[in-house]
Amino acid sequence: MHQGHKHFIVGCAIVLALSLILMATVTNEYVFFATYVVLQFIVLATAWNILGGYAGYVNFGSSAFFALGGYAALVIFKSLALPLGVQILVAACFTGLLGLGIGLISLRLRGIFFSIATVAIAIIFETIITNWDFVGGAKGLQVLRPEPMAPFTSYTKMLFFVMLLMAIAAVAIARYIENSWIGRGLRAIRDNEEAAECVGVPTLKLKLIATVVSGALMGAAGAPMPMYLSFIEPVSAFSMNYSVSALAMPIIGGTSSWLGPVIGAILLGTVQQVVTVTISSEINVLIVGVLLVFFVVVAPEGILGLVRKLRAGKGGAK
Amino acid sequence: MTDTLLKVDGVIKRFGGFTALDDVSISVRQGERLGLIGPNGSGKTTLINCISGALKNDGGSVTFKGENLNGLPPHQRTRRGIARSFQIPRPFHSMTPIENLAVPLEYVTHRGRAHKADIRGEAEAILRDMGLGDKMTIACSQLSQVELRKLELARAMAAKPSLLISDEAMAGLSNTECDEVLEILFRLGSSGITIIMIEHIMHAIMRFSERVVCLDAGKLIAEGMPADVVKNPNVQKAYLGA
Repeated sequence: MHQGHKHFIVGCAIVLALSLILMATVTNEYVFFATYVVLQFIVLATAWNILGGYAGYVNFGSSAFFALGGYAALVIFKSLALPLGVQILVAACFTGLLGLGIGLISLRLRGIFFSIATVAIAIIFETIITNWDFVGGAKGLQVLRPEPMAPFTSYTKMLFFVMLLMAIAAVAIARYIENSWIGRGLRAIRDNEEAAECVGVPTLKLKLIATVVSGALMGAAGAPMPMYLSFIEPVSAFSMNYSVSALAMPIIGGTSSWLGPVIGAILLGTVQQVVTVTISSEINVLIVGVLLVFFVVVAPEGILGLVRKLRAGKGGAK
Repeated sequence: MTDTLLKVDGVIKRFGGFTALDDVSISVRQGERLGLIGPNGSGKTTLINCISGALKNDGGSVTFKGENLNGLPPHQRTRRGIARSFQIPRPFHSMTPIENLAVPLEYVTHRGRAHKADIRGEAEAILRDMGLGDKMTIACSQLSQVELRKLELARAMAAKPSLLISDEAMAGLSNTECDEVLEILFRLGSSGITIIMIEHIMHAIMRFSERVVCLDAGKLIAEGMPADVVKNPNVQKAYLGA
């Protein structure tokens, strides 16, 4: 266990170091612009997996948390002109609280009914934002990026670095939850919620912890979006694509471990970026759909499950 | 009435217009082995659900160790010493039997002060005690029906209960398998644990219970020594419809 812990920290340090070298040497802004999206999906997929993978509660409304994170940041920026770090923090607190509220209302619903409720929630919030003029309403709002902060030479590089830190933080949080009493309780809930409750697991409390953490991370992932695009508008912010990607990536990577969403997000996110540039951005959705169907049918436990199966096969042969 | 462990007092449970439990009162002494019988649909499992907290009773009260449990969620009741097994086994299927037992050991027995090695050792000891010593680390999907029943009991016992409710742990098992489970329950009983056994298998009930209560259509219709309850005309009518 401690060995794994060390490896994880060393791994994070290497990623961080490589990114710093990348930022110092590469001048092509597009590299950071594209990698930002992949990192953002790592945060989003990891956040989804805390509730969907560990506890088995499928959230179809990830886009609502993501978009509201962006809008919360926008409100902070527009009304108080506070820096990016504060915007992200406030956005995360806001969507975390939202997770708590939604959890309290909807976690009494089990399985598919919870999922349907999350879809409804996304629609409700999109309607509210569409009708709120302060944040631009239906026509959206143009955002003027301020100057990048001290060590950074461009705003895109800064956003890239901030999102990298968030991705590392999100994965570390998910990993901590997975290996703690919370993760073991959530796993019991996923396997059989009534039995879990009857052997002393405080199921409601654990599910609320999961919705709060998951919601906060999704909001944090969306918070820099207005700055990243210099524009925010409800239809694309609340796009179903975010919800689908948030659940497709962990399912493709494997939901049982923190590594699954990371693998899924890197794989799918990169493919999407490449396809956007080489073919068309419209075909993205098709790729997610096809891959999702493929994995659900062929490898329901994702890439991690496949690897485990292959390893077990090898071990048995010896 | 000294050392009453569990007192079910006038419990009422309705599902819509249907009254599943109608003013049921039972008290269970510390260390007693109580048999709970009744035809299908008579409310046995509903009563268990009201005691364990899975269902909220609409009237009456459940008192355990002198404390009124009304409104407490199941996990709080488990922490106070009520454990149950499920009629249809509900293992944590992604976990091994050891991991199954680690859940109550971590959440009830050693709350917050858990050492992994201790929990593992304790889980192993309980599983060995239940005759699952050679199945501790295999997947739950590979367990047989009788092994799953034993795992249910083992997991309930890992919460270190003072009251164990066994919900038809023997249904569908062969005679020798029944005897194995019965032997386990006897052993737990003699170690001082109070046991409520729900069962349809009459010879098991007759052998095991010090006292038997019979439910029919949500009402308590008989209570007493096993031999007397079986002879009770109301009970015979409920079972045979005569």
